[in-house]
Amino acid sequence: MTLASRIGLRKAGPRNKKNRADQRAERLLGALACVVLALIAGMIIFVFQKAWPSFSHNGFDWFSPWAGGNVDDELNAIFHSSASNPVLTMHAWPLIWATAVITISAVIIATGMALLSAMFIVEFAPTGIRRLLEPVVRLLAAVPSVIYGLIGILVLVPWVDKTFVTDSAKQSVAGVISLNGSSIGVGILVLTVMITPIMIAIVVDALRSVPATWRDGAVALGVNRFRALWTVGVRAARPAIVAAGILATARALGEAIMLSMVTGSVAFAPNPIDGSIFFLEPARPLAATIIDNSEGLSVPPFAQTLYAFAAVLLVSAAFLSFAGWYVRRVLRRYTLSPI
Amino acid sequence: MSSAPVSGRLPLRKRLPQMPEMPKLRRDRPLPDPDEQVAWSPIDRLGVAACWAAGLLLCAIAFSIVIYLLVRGIQFVTVDAIGQHPVVGQSTDAGPSTAGGYLDPILGTLILTTIGTLIALPIGVGTAIWLSEYGRPSWLARAVESCVEIIAGTPTIVIAIFGLLVFTQNLFGFLSFTAEGGAVFGRSFIIAGIMMSLIALPLIITSTREAMQSIPAHVREASYALGKDKISTIRRVLLPASRKGIATGTTLGMGRIAGDTAIVVLLLGASLTLQGQGGGVLGTLKGTGSTLTSYVFANSPAGEANSPEKAYAAAFVLLIIVIFMNFAVDMLSRRRSDK
Amino acid sequence: MTELKSPPPVRRIVVKESTPVAPPKRRAGRAAAAKSTASDLLSAPRKRPAKKGKVTDRMQTMDFSVAYAGKPAVKEVNLKVSQGEVLALIGPSGCGKTTLLRSLNRLVEQTPTATTTGMVTLDGRETHELDVTDLRRKVGMVFQQPNPFPMSIFDNVAYGIRERGSRRPGKRALEPKVIEALERCGLYDEVKDNLSHPALRLSGGQQQRLCIGRSLAVNPEVLLLDEPCSALDPRSTTIIEELIMKLRDEVAIVIVTHNLQQAYRVADRVAFMYLGDLVEYGPADQLFGSPRNKRTRDYVSGAFG
Repeated sequence: MTLASRIGLRKAGPRNKKNRADQRAERLLGALACVVLALIAGMIIFVFQKAWPSFSHNGFDWFSPWAGGNVDDELNAIFHSSASNPVLTMHAWPLIWATAVITISAVIIATGMALLSAMFIVEFAPTGIRRLLEPVVRLLAAVPSVIYGLIGILVLVPWVDKTFVTDSAKQSVAGVISLNGSSIGVGILVLTVMITPIMIAIVVDALRSVPATWRDGAVALGVNRFRALWTVGVRAARPAIVAAGILATARALGEAIMLSMVTGSVAFAPNPIDGSIFFLEPARPLAATIIDNSEGLSVPPFAQTLYAFAAVLLVSAAFLSFAGWYVRRVLRRYTLSPI
Repeated sequence: MSSAPVSGRLPLRKRLPQMPEMPKLRRDRPLPDPDEQVAWSPIDRLGVAACWAAGLLLCAIAFSIVIYLLVRGIQFVTVDAIGQHPVVGQSTDAGPSTAGGYLDPILGTLILTTIGTLIALPIGVGTAIWLSEYGRPSWLARAVESCVEIIAGTPTIVIAIFGLLVFTQNLFGFLSFTAEGGAVFGRSFIIAGIMMSLIALPLIITSTREAMQSIPAHVREASYALGKDKISTIRRVLLPASRKGIATGTTLGMGRIAGDTAIVVLLLGASLTLQGQGGGVLGTLKGTGSTLTSYVFANSPAGEANSPEKAYAAAFVLLIIVIFMNFAVDMLSRRRSDK
Repeated sequence: MTELKSPPPVRRIVVKESTPVAPPKRRAGRAAAAKSTASDLLSAPRKRPAKKGKVTDRMQTMDFSVAYAGKPAVKEVNLKVSQGEVLALIGPSGCGKTTLLRSLNRLVEQTPTATTTGMVTLDGRETHELDVTDLRRKVGMVFQQPNPFPMSIFDNVAYGIRERGSRRPGKRALEPKVIEALERCGLYDEVKDNLSHPALRLSGGQQQRLCIGRSLAVNPEVLLLDEPCSALDPRSTTIIEELIMKLRDEVAIVIVTHNLQQAYRVADRVAFMYLGDLVEYGPADQLFGSPRNKRTRDYVSGAFG
């Protein structure tokens, strides 16, 4: 600080200019940032506002597993209801159940698969395989979901239909639902394959960024490669693994197009009591329901019901974001970088 | 094992012809616990085997997907089909329908990607600059950061339905087609482009922010010491240095836009060809059309026109585009940035 | 955390004029020049307990060489590592001393381009024949930068004992071993109330002592120290040097250091390396007092390095 500015006579040179052009720039850029803020706030507010009638009409029954009712029939009724007598009855439990089963199963399998594959890539893979595998994994992470859906519906569904949907299987659920290969089993499988590559990429990056001194230290103590990787590398990469898991869950939750192609267009709640047939039963998760019924948005009660579905997805996504942020904050306390 | 020459490349572990006598040593410490001598316990071996299994399974799945798509695609892609307009043709038992091409879907993908990126780029870069260089007041910065994370995690179907909600208001009738009854159609290229920009936004913001934050402090200080104010520093020094990060984020965003189906299905109308509203470029933008993703969806068994051959062909073209973008991102992130 | 309770005693360096023994082929002028350029420190008496315990040979290298992608880094080195003596490897940067150290516990194999020739033996058995994890149990290593794991102090010290063998010992079984290791490295009094605190919160000197304790917990027979004090302040350095002196009789110690004064303080035998060659190897008194090789003399007197 110059003497003059310290006395307060005159502000230092660059400071002067900063007050005008910089402030303008700051305000402009701040406005841009606020646009982003306003968009999200607007999205949350408007979606909930539109969705509220459906929730308020049904109350807790909207979510309840014991409410009964057939979602497809209810959607039909809502669609055909007139403006003067709007029907809003919706018991969306089958959709919620389908979403939960598919998402959670896929994420669990994908996390295990991604962790082991990442360890393979980082530690055990021969150089040739590794150099070939890494770009392929990155490519798979970028493949659009509709292509996965295409493979699912043209290859996997007929295969499952031929191999697993035997006559006896069909008989056992004949009264309730018909099996034709489009099932949650295929949905879980394709979804797992879809979300694993991005998880692998994140975990591999995290394992590689663990400081080499830790690994050297573990190995110098006479610990074998696998143990050293597991107890030091994977442990230090835990925040990244959690982040990858959250990211994968968010993607799995919102996957609409692929699942609508592959899990069948029947909003049925698969019954775990059916044993292995459970995985052959069709279902329709929330996001797929919205996309399947998107033509009906011109009918207000129908639109409100669909917005209610979207609201549930939005809340889950926001909740996942915060959960991920919180868990990563907790884990980061134990992984300070070495001096 | 004979002695090898020392010059040139040294061979591994040459053994000397005679080993000197080492005196017998008296241990002055007890022998270690024999249980401690196990270097690789069964659990460790199981772990390594699991890693290998996961890695090989990953290889198998990854390569089979890529190869299958390439094979099927090459089978059905004809070069002149790229230049033809799509024609609705069903595959019958008599033979596959190969009528028509996919010029319009390709154009649709290009238009949508361009619009989405053009909108997202300035907003994204501006917000990123504000977040990394200004960021006052801090509660606002944190709120904006949370919003960016929420957008990143929101399912695209929710963004699509929000777009429909907003743009069917009469206020935005100029952006699309308005039917006679006064109902705004709410679906057009512009509208889809605007919502697409939302899904590219988090990627651009994150990449730009990382790039700007990785510029060391002394570069900024040098610029300030020369008397430049903050906004000139940003414009002349920091932005050019972050070019690589911005390009990476933009390409990732473009890839995501090109691969998204949900927004297209909801917000682009269901026309196979480009149906403009009025003449010229603006008319096309206000009109409806299709993209490669919705074309694939429509031609799959889940869509209206059941012609898998066209679907495979379009999927192949889409895959090529995605591979190309991936490659571009790889090149960008691998090349050393010259500061 | 409590640091040392009392400062170390002040040491006065007594400068004595000593007459170095001149080799016969040296000209008289050179001898006179050597006398006047020998630093004060080198002519001071060594501050070390004179009484040495029994010395047993533990490791030996025979014509041992290491090359990275064909370029030799260590050329035909013959050394002995003995329990009861501290061996110091000195030399300017890039002379191969760290490479040699890392070959002793086969850590140099982590670098894919490294090739070795010659033999390194531990207690008579060639190290390449031993299982590498067994070798590393017996030959422990402490690195230049303290690298405690991101775990608690207890878990750090117990790490080597835990991650070995199929049955993971319980905490109660581990506790005596952990306490013993911490006492051996002189850290126990300072951390005994905070064993479950993260190790990364310790100061630099404490972290390095923790790393030494971690290596000691698995009862090694040889301890390799790669410039352990280069990242530490003088007080921690003194503590660690005293620790080395204390451990001398229990474990064979090899220390790599670029700090000549430290080598002077601590070592019983010194090996001077230059550009991969073992230039001189002998007792510390002789190497510092009257080095036989001109290059050693130049290095030790500070003419280069």
